[in-house]
Amino acid sequence: MANWTWFHKWGSPPTFYRFSGLCLPWLGGLAAALLLVGGVWALAFVPPDFKQGNSFRVMYIHVPAAAVAMAGYMLMATAGAINLIWRMKLADMVVQCAAPIGAALTFLALVTGSIWGKPTWGAWWVWDARVVSVLVMFFLYIGVIALYNAFDNKDAAGRACSVLALVGAVNVPIIYYSVEWWYSLHQPASISFTKESSIHPTMLRPLLVMILGYYLFYATVLFLNLRAEIIARESGTRWVRELVGAR
Amino acid sequence: MAFASFAELIAMDGHGGFVWSAWGISAAVLIALVLLPLRRHRRLLAEAGQRAGQQS
Repeated sequence: MANWTWFHKWGSPPTFYRFSGLCLPWLGGLAAALLLVGGVWALAFVPPDFKQGNSFRVMYIHVPAAAVAMAGYMLMATAGAINLIWRMKLADMVVQCAAPIGAALTFLALVTGSIWGKPTWGAWWVWDARVVSVLVMFFLYIGVIALYNAFDNKDAAGRACSVLALVGAVNVPIIYYSVEWWYSLHQPASISFTKESSIHPTMLRPLLVMILGYYLFYATVLFLNLRAEIIARESGTRWVRELVGAR
Repeated sequence: MAFASFAELIAMDGHGGFVWSAWGISAAVLIALVLLPLRRHRRLLAEAGQRAGQQS
């Protein structure tokens, strides 16, 4: 039998609260540094694209926002599954905290995509498979937030949100493969792990910096939200009383 | 630098409005994503502190 005590320990809110407090300055600092370096690099130093000119600099915030919004959805769905199977408090909180962050990042992917679309496609909006499936993900995120607020019984609300998060996960591979399954204006993936990327290394390197920066930023913001949520739900417990008394 | 001057960096050959608005909106949303939970956390800790003070 595997030893599962680590799993229960990590799922305990006070343990996670202490652990996240320790790693937040490093996580947040690294995220800020990467976004700053990647931002200056992408805006001022990368040479312009030979077809799109300078408008392609929108890519450096569009692609990371979209990628992390999708990864965040998978995280939320995984937490939903853990919540449904093991009734783990922390997993329930992850579902609630991941939804607004994911909604904000999906919003950014849609808005920056729209702004990029105007000079490159000639339209602010197209009813394209990739664009519409991302819009569906935005509504799924909003749906999880709305569903949680619709219940007075927060245990039932958490389980309903977990089910919605899980069911909505089928949309993520649809987003990913939409550019291959349907004729699409949207370009296919430029970054590949299995073969050579179709984007030139001078343009790819700052993009990878921005993507890593966005992932670390996501972790930072998720931790910040979880810490607030933990205090909100555990405010009557002894460890929180000791925590606020010790300050 | 990919641009000869600061004015060229801002203009980006006519694409400046698109690029800078996309980056500006993103920066605003990312900053809000950090500030909102920080403020909530601080408020909740203060409330818990008050309640603990009343009980003792």
